[in-house]
Amino acid sequence: MKNYFKYIAILALGVVSCEPELENAIEDGEVYSNGEADFSNYVALGNSLTAGYADGALYITGQENSYPNILAGKFALTQDTDGFTQPLVNDNAGGLILNGSQITENRFVLSVNADGDPSPARYTGADPTTEVSTKLAGPFNNMGVPGAKSYHLVAPNYGSVSGVATGMANPYFARFSSSESATVLEDALAQQPTFFTLWIGNNDVLSYATSGGVGEYRLNETDPTLYGENDITDPNFFAMLYGQMVGALAQNAGGVLLNIPNVTSAPYFTAVPFAALSPADENFGPQIPTLNATFAPLNQAFAFLGVPERSVNFATDAASPVLIKDESLADISDQLTEVLIGGGVDPATATLYGMQYGQSRQATAEDLLVLTSAGVIGTVNTQRVQELMALGLDQQTAGQLSVNGVTFPMEDQYVLTESEVSIVQSATTAFNIAISQIAQDNGLGLVDANAVLNKLDSEGIAFDGGTITSAFVSGGAFSLDGIHLTPRGNAVIANEIISEINATYGSNVPKANVGAYGTVTLSQDVQ
Amino acid sequence: MKRLFLLGLVMMVTAITYAGGYRVSLQGQRGLAMGHTGVAVVNNAELAFFNPAGLVFLENKINAAVGVSAVFSDVVWQNQEFGQTARTDSPVGTPFYAYFSYKLNEKLSVGLAAYTPYGSSVAWEKDWAGSHLVNDIELAAIYVQALASYKITDNLSVGGGPIYVSGSVNFNRNLNRTLTDLDGNRANVTIDASGVSAFGWSAGAMWSPVDSLRIGVNYRSEILVEAEGGDADFENIPNSPLTPFSDTQFDATLPLPAELTIGASYQLNDQWLFAFDYNRTFWGVYESLDVDFADPGIPDSNNPREYEDSSIYRFGLQYTANQTFTLRAGYYFDESPVQSGYFAPETPRNDSNNFTGGLSVNVTDNVAIDASFLYSRFEEIDESYDYYTEPDPSTGQPRRVPFGGTYKSSAFIPGLGVTIKI
Repeated sequence: MKNYFKYIAILALGVVSCEPELENAIEDGEVYSNGEADFSNYVALGNSLTAGYADGALYITGQENSYPNILAGKFALTQDTDGFTQPLVNDNAGGLILNGSQITENRFVLSVNADGDPSPARYTGADPTTEVSTKLAGPFNNMGVPGAKSYHLVAPNYGSVSGVATGMANPYFARFSSSESATVLEDALAQQPTFFTLWIGNNDVLSYATSGGVGEYRLNETDPTLYGENDITDPNFFAMLYGQMVGALAQNAGGVLLNIPNVTSAPYFTAVPFAALSPADENFGPQIPTLNATFAPLNQAFAFLGVPERSVNFATDAASPVLIKDESLADISDQLTEVLIGGGVDPATATLYGMQYGQSRQATAEDLLVLTSAGVIGTVNTQRVQELMALGLDQQTAGQLSVNGVTFPMEDQYVLTESEVSIVQSATTAFNIAISQIAQDNGLGLVDANAVLNKLDSEGIAFDGGTITSAFVSGGAFSLDGIHLTPRGNAVIANEIISEINATYGSNVPKANVGAYGTVTLSQDVQ
Repeated sequence: MKRLFLLGLVMMVTAITYAGGYRVSLQGQRGLAMGHTGVAVVNNAELAFFNPAGLVFLENKINAAVGVSAVFSDVVWQNQEFGQTARTDSPVGTPFYAYFSYKLNEKLSVGLAAYTPYGSSVAWEKDWAGSHLVNDIELAAIYVQALASYKITDNLSVGGGPIYVSGSVNFNRNLNRTLTDLDGNRANVTIDASGVSAFGWSAGAMWSPVDSLRIGVNYRSEILVEAEGGDADFENIPNSPLTPFSDTQFDATLPLPAELTIGASYQLNDQWLFAFDYNRTFWGVYESLDVDFADPGIPDSNNPREYEDSSIYRFGLQYTANQTFTLRAGYYFDESPVQSGYFAPETPRNDSNNFTGGLSVNVTDNVAIDASFLYSRFEEIDESYDYYTEPDPSTGQPRRVPFGGTYKSSAFIPGLGVTIKI
């Protein structure tokens, strides 16, 4: 009898241990496949977009939602991998410190300001704790380095801690470079990647664009040590360098290249309208008649000089374009002064107007005001006030002539003029032609990131929760710095890369559920 | 002896069921071993639950039955489109029962009963892909009932009594799919209420047209457990006026549906007894789980459920081997009240085939040990819950975001009890 109980007990235990099992279980590793790709050691190279930088800073949750990290999670469903390591920073405040002093700013968060409007502000709830000189022990699969341009990936000493203080090295790479002299590419190749992604070149045009076009387009200059921070890299030099890097990476690995989005599809350039001056604004609206009266003699002078398009008019029934300085215009300061004097304006005022409006015009839809101009337009430029008072004006008059975008033309760094936009676009096009050719030459996948971000900007991309767009703050794709992607935006890019991998390598890698990735972070812990 | 063992094996391979929704059919080891039949079986004090009309037919003056089951129930989910998998790690549930009856005279018995016919205990991995619907839930309802059983004629009796219910609920889920605090911790809410009282009743009748055949009917009323002033605890809410979620109170109503059972049992000979029960559970009352927060700044949570009335078909047999051993086996088919498109992971139940078995050992003339087990077999199913909404980012209007995948549940429930008759 005892034996029978024993058998029943054994049978019973057998059933207890039976967890529910699905027939076609992902857990069994038979649902997906890596195809001809080998994801066992995936290394991602690139800049801030690859690093998971967002909201104007590098912070942990941004890194965790970087597109390479999303990809690595999906790769691990198709085969055994060695894991994916990232040089995580210390906190979610963002901001770097070097020898105890803060050298980069904290992240943006969305806070509700005194007017009750949600707007981005720098997070002040915690001090940054990521010390650049505290080296992390690598190697790291995510070799994305915020701020890197194409030629920085092969620049010796780019990860030197001592070089950071002198501006010769990159603080983000200095945290995890294998040695003071190592290059990003060397550290990547040393890991013997079996698969890689490369998304580089954005900063080669972006810093020109974000600075409002204050740099130069260095056509035919192949020595990057001569480049200024905001210059655009020579496309031929870019193509040569990019080809060499990809050749080295692709020798023993498959991979995907991402081309360069047109910077003008990012909210950093589109969020602030060119006609930003609303007559409903209580500071601006009541001043319109006075302003138009003030500009009337100037407009007559512009007409007389044959440049009526430089006239300044503020409408009372619609938003008016801001006044900008366009360096591509002929400088007519002297002529303007002369004509104004001829028209009866006192010489002092005429000289001042000539100086101030010699290269100015109102913006058009083709000009792009950068995001940082939003907080400046319509405010009094105190520096300009000082300058004018030094020239002998009383404080009130100086103040009236120093209103940014109204009486004082927006300076170059706040506006990407039509001609600057076309320079950026032609450089981007040239870079992308090179990238496409190099992908083809090396048999690699190519993701048209430019097309993806253009689509986000024009019509949006549908997901289960609606449509993700480039609209600033609300669209879901872009973080609060207007240039870098949110976790959701990263998921969109990851899915594009997965599509390309599946097509190129005959793999079956599952996609990321875009709607499960967040967008902007809320906090009132701001100044 | 060999036959006993063979019957044991048959019981294992014949199969079982576990009730749909959050009904837990574990109200007596003897009945459970026979497919949870019993509305027309006169066996022991379990009648207090199955059909109080039968209590008066028990031979002894004092009858008692107590028992407890251990519910090992888990669910696996996966979504093949996104490569996601999750498993519940639910705590072992321990539904119990305690029944007592006392025969005042040949015509009248009285009794007391305590049992737990409704409950649920599901715990998914925190922040899993469906965490905006549920992270974990604990639902319990203890029924306490006073009973009377009256013999109208020698072959017809009626019985019933009022029910007092003490219910509790603890439910945690994330506020939506993405909201976090600054450090990426998901915003979530726990609603908790316990000691919620409610009242109901049950009544039954039993008729024996011939000695070997019994027919029974039993009805247990619907009971609405109305939690008022429960605690709602919000966690990881970002510090922002845009997310004004602070701890508050809530009201919510959870229906424990009415159940009608009709059935028959047939005593073939001294050894074999066959039983059949049909249950109709009036789940239609569970239309929506609405949580009404006291704080006017916090939007109420409305979660359509749209359960439908469902049926269970139960079959059982009992073999009295000798004076010491009685063996039982059973089967039931349990139709889920959950409709397609309303498949929420808090009670991920589809139709199930259920296989039961068990035995009683008469230790003395007065005391018997009752053991049972239940194995619930669920087919894997591709289902979704389609009524979760998020504000559309472009219009701000609520937009349905279905959550679906492939589910498979399993349940294995051993139980042990004691029957006393004096």
